[in-house]
Amino acid sequence: MTEITLTVNGQLQTVDLPSMKRLLDVLREDLGLTGAKEGCGEGECGSCSVLMDGELVNSCLVPALQAEGAHITTIEGLSPETTAPLHPIQQCFLEHGGAQCGICTPGMILATHHLLAKHPQPTMEEIQEGLAGNLCRCTGYMRIFEAVEQAAKASAESTP
Amino acid sequence: MRSNVHDFSLVAPPTLSEALKLLASDPALTPIAGGTELMVALSAGRLPQRQLLSLHQVRELRFIHANPETIVLGAGTTFTDIRRHEAIAEDLPLLTAAASWTGSIANQNRGTLGGNIVNASPAADTPPALLAYGATLTLISSAGMRTMPYGMFHLSYKKTALAPDELLYSVTVPRRSPGYRSYIRKVGTRNAQAISKVAIAALAKIEDGIIADVRIGAASLRETPVRCAATEKALTGQTISAAELPRLVAAASSALASEAKPVDDIRSTAKYRAAVAANLIEEFLEQLATSG
Amino acid sequence: MPNPSPAFNAAPLIGTSPIRKEGRAKVTGRALYVDDITLPGMWHGATVRSSIPRGRIRAIHFDSVIDWSKFTVVTAKDIPGHNFIVHLTQDHVCLAEDQINHYGEPILLLAHPDKEVLPAAVAAVHIDYEELPGVFSIEESEAGAAGDESKVIWRGDNPAHHSPNTFKTFHMRSSDDHAAHDDGLAKAFAEADFIVEGEYRTGAQEQLYIENNGVIAEVFRAPNGAIDSVTVSGSMQCPYYLVHALEHIFHLPAEKCRVIQTETGGAFGGKEDFPSVIGSHAALLAMKSGHPVKLCYDRAEDLIATTKRHPSRVRHRTAVSKEGKLLGGEIEVVIDGGAYVTLSPVVLSRATIHSPGPYHWPFLTVRAKAMATNIAPHGAFRGFGAPQSLFALERHMDRVAHTIGLSPEEFRRRNFLSAGMKTATGQHLTDPVDMDGLLSRALKESSYHAKRAEFDRTNPPSPIKRGIGFASFMHGSGFTGSGERRLNSLVKIELTADGRPKILVSSTEFGQGTNTILCQVCAQTLRIPYEDVLIAQPDTSVVPDSGPTVASRTAMIVGKLVERASASLLRTLAPYLAHPVPTADFDYSAACEVPSGYTPEDFRRAALAYLRDRGQLVSEARYEAPGNIFWDDDQYRGDAYPTYAWAVYVAEVAVDTRTYAAEVTGFHAVQEVGKVMHPVLAKGQIEGGVAQGIGYALYEKCVWQNGRMANNQMTNYIMPTSADLPPIHVWFEEVPSIHGPEGAKGIGELPMDGPAPAILNAIEHATGISFHEIPLLPEDIFERMTGSSSSGSKALNPAVDRDTRSESTVSP
Repeated sequence: MTEITLTVNGQLQTVDLPSMKRLLDVLREDLGLTGAKEGCGEGECGSCSVLMDGELVNSCLVPALQAEGAHITTIEGLSPETTAPLHPIQQCFLEHGGAQCGICTPGMILATHHLLAKHPQPTMEEIQEGLAGNLCRCTGYMRIFEAVEQAAKASAESTP
Repeated sequence: MRSNVHDFSLVAPPTLSEALKLLASDPALTPIAGGTELMVALSAGRLPQRQLLSLHQVRELRFIHANPETIVLGAGTTFTDIRRHEAIAEDLPLLTAAASWTGSIANQNRGTLGGNIVNASPAADTPPALLAYGATLTLISSAGMRTMPYGMFHLSYKKTALAPDELLYSVTVPRRSPGYRSYIRKVGTRNAQAISKVAIAALAKIEDGIIADVRIGAASLRETPVRCAATEKALTGQTISAAELPRLVAAASSALASEAKPVDDIRSTAKYRAAVAANLIEEFLEQLATSG
Repeated sequence: MPNPSPAFNAAPLIGTSPIRKEGRAKVTGRALYVDDITLPGMWHGATVRSSIPRGRIRAIHFDSVIDWSKFTVVTAKDIPGHNFIVHLTQDHVCLAEDQINHYGEPILLLAHPDKEVLPAAVAAVHIDYEELPGVFSIEESEAGAAGDESKVIWRGDNPAHHSPNTFKTFHMRSSDDHAAHDDGLAKAFAEADFIVEGEYRTGAQEQLYIENNGVIAEVFRAPNGAIDSVTVSGSMQCPYYLVHALEHIFHLPAEKCRVIQTETGGAFGGKEDFPSVIGSHAALLAMKSGHPVKLCYDRAEDLIATTKRHPSRVRHRTAVSKEGKLLGGEIEVVIDGGAYVTLSPVVLSRATIHSPGPYHWPFLTVRAKAMATNIAPHGAFRGFGAPQSLFALERHMDRVAHTIGLSPEEFRRRNFLSAGMKTATGQHLTDPVDMDGLLSRALKESSYHAKRAEFDRTNPPSPIKRGIGFASFMHGSGFTGSGERRLNSLVKIELTADGRPKILVSSTEFGQGTNTILCQVCAQTLRIPYEDVLIAQPDTSVVPDSGPTVASRTAMIVGKLVERASASLLRTLAPYLAHPVPTADFDYSAACEVPSGYTPEDFRRAALAYLRDRGQLVSEARYEAPGNIFWDDDQYRGDAYPTYAWAVYVAEVAVDTRTYAAEVTGFHAVQEVGKVMHPVLAKGQIEGGVAQGIGYALYEKCVWQNGRMANNQMTNYIMPTSADLPPIHVWFEEVPSIHGPEGAKGIGELPMDGPAPAILNAIEHATGISFHEIPLLPEDIFERMTGSSSSGSKALNPAVDRDTRSESTVSP
């Protein structure tokens, strides 16, 4: 067992766990953050994706010890309070049908967040590539692309 | 999750020399960098190695040095690092392309060049480009450093020249000299997040309408990534023109057929792989012929 | 409609796109799926499965490396009731005792407080088998049915009714007068200018919901130790199906079997009947361990052990005149049902009824059968038999057109059903049907003719061959024939303590919008804001049985019931709405007209006043079959479905002759759906279904090895990513049906039927090669395009995988 300290959604967390525990399981079991999901355990579906030091990663593939000292953002970190205003990406997913069953949605929204941070006004090709690691079985991606485009537009309009 | 993580240990030495010392004292330690391969095996209950050595935090392994003649990439360089590097995009475009096709963005952020090479899958994405570019590997242990041409690194299926106490330290790639035309194409099961069914990375230097030099790296044509030496030989010194194209393509196909030994596996068939590889070479030659 | 009061815009909600009811929880990651839930004292379960496809269990050894005293072990002997999973038949065992009929068949169950120790424990259960040769194809199964005893793997309860290996048969004729029909059909073939034959095949397809199957079960005992009740929560479509299964497993009455649906991460049919298996297993473990037990599969197990779409082989023999009129047809539909009957008869039914498509057949015979194989039982997947038979039909229609020298479009036009005509089952199409118009629109929106001409011009010199093709089809909404009458669905609406209506239905949300559209219906009927309407989590101790969430029935059938229950609630409240200020002499119990022009506040006040006076208000509506629906289950004649949605889909493809890979580069989906209840949701349904259809056609191959799915990981089961799908354009037309609220028909499954044949029709245009089997992989295109003897994707070798597994052992 090893003790690791990491920052999750802005909060310092110290946990005692096996060094090879998957970051996904640390988040879900040790920290009670169940927004990240296990869809495949192979890094294919992206439903476990979180931001680690600002970069999108599949948390099912990160051993806990490698998250020592890292800053993790999960879906819960995007709108911390249940009654808080939604992050613009979340709002756009709601308005444009970007979430159907919702299981891919946390990962998809974080992937979108990551995409827009690197490409604030992404082309369709950049959107497709940016989200290619997040599988959605329900939507066929069209509503998601629309939600992403609208989120990009919304942030362009709000940025001075 | 089919492994009991209590049965595993992971140590994370902060420096390279400490990592090498640990490896020297216990060669059974298995290095893990980004984890995009080994963690999949862990989840599936198929990771026989129990003691792991994390390289993720060894900063000395993660660098890209652009020198006048070469670009040197640390083994801990991620695919994203490669994609973001301007000099690589300009001078080693095959490597940038290969990195962009590897897995997903999330996996590119974690997967490393070293892992891609050392894991030694015949379908790995960067080896064909590295082989075509004539990369050199630097291996390191607590006893010292040694270099070898990358082409000598893969011995047989999943067997490499890496000694148990060694790490891959860096990959040195000669910067492209002017006059080389390049080509790369990966054929997978879909457009993204796909394992290669076959991939070709090629460079050719044309002088006075003659193929002066040609290098072809391939994935999934043998049990390791390979240079298509026979095909290269069949093309070197040949005239490249629209008129000569059919003869050249025939010669290349014939040579390729002699050295390609693809298999039927769960994703594709040997005949398909062989045929598509030949088509990719043809596409490459067509591009060379029509560019003038 | 009464004049809306100025304070509230009572504009119709149906037809607008309000925010998904449970949407906020989903986008904030706070929606709770079953694996997110932990109960105090909860243990974890695991399943020990067979590693052979067929044979008998000789012995079971528990390796002493494990301390078994800490585990709960459940075998078939522990089942208090019957060892079967109830379907239409009782052949599907809950746990195998002696006979094994498919790889991965559940044999025993383990539970332990610590889930990390379970994989090693599962591996430590060693089972000796006497292995028998398995049957893995329709042809092998047919050989068993035809007399080869070594290939007989299933016998029904009544050998007089079933050939061996044959789960179900149908013989459907397009007329009640069999003799006249058979004569007429023979004459049609004798006099036909052309007889066109074809054989078409579809492979298994995995639903691939991103959330694997999972449940949590608890068993409650009476003070004397007897089992009092069972509660199972989990990912599912049909809570009452699981209730029924538990009744048999535990010999408990329905009221003692409580089932709760948790937020479900995709289903597509894959969680229709399978939860009866996993739910029973978890409940048995909970019973024996004395703890709540969570049983959640990982992806590898879900892919191995759960249901897939039935593979099919459909043969057409068609008599057609040189003017392009269908004169008669014989269709044979065969589906591979896997090891047990489960839902095969119902899938076969829909496949049979959809096999003639949207065309008029003067004479048509359809012979259909479902065959047994030693593969995990196949089950429901969006479309439920129709994608299989419509793939064959729409490929065949193009083939017929080419044979007689008509364009695919013209041939369809000469044979479409239209209003007033009868379908092959003799159903009178009383609603307007304009397939001709839909086809014209689809061809126009997709620029079909211009593209066809353009591709014909650009293809010859190019290594990329482009093509465009279409499929015309329909999908029946609701249960077949008398099914809805048998379901006898019930819907309730109750007022909450704060005066808001709460819908009580067993209809489940799993992404398709159940919660949202039912609340829209209720809100519109009550003339209150959408936000004021609630819908209960489906908990069978609370909600009535409104039928399973399948068969594209929820919007139409259940939606209509919600409308009626809402109207009934409004009538009950009418006196309180009419007389908001209470007076002693007003008789609140006398019925009165619902007043016009009340506000949401008026509604709330009236509701609270009612509750204050009466305590509770629960309105209900039960399904009433329209008087004129007639269906004969034996002859397979009559009104097969309450109504149909009609569609034409156009696919544009590019085939790269260097890689032999086909890609869909554009897609246009035109459909007539009665009423678009929620434009954003409806578009999402079509787009998602088209994406699955594209996967069905070009990517999603199940690679079998001795009856086991060898590619049971997401790395190797290829579904399209965002980089693989084209822009999907969706258009709706509306011809209201009496059956649904505001005329809505079902649309959930429709989009699955069109893409595969449209794509292969397009590929034929692009390459000149006619492919008859899906999934169509580049290896298959390579084989035909080059004339190589590679046998295409049949030469895939599942035993070899140098890249995602090292080549040591392949564990089950």
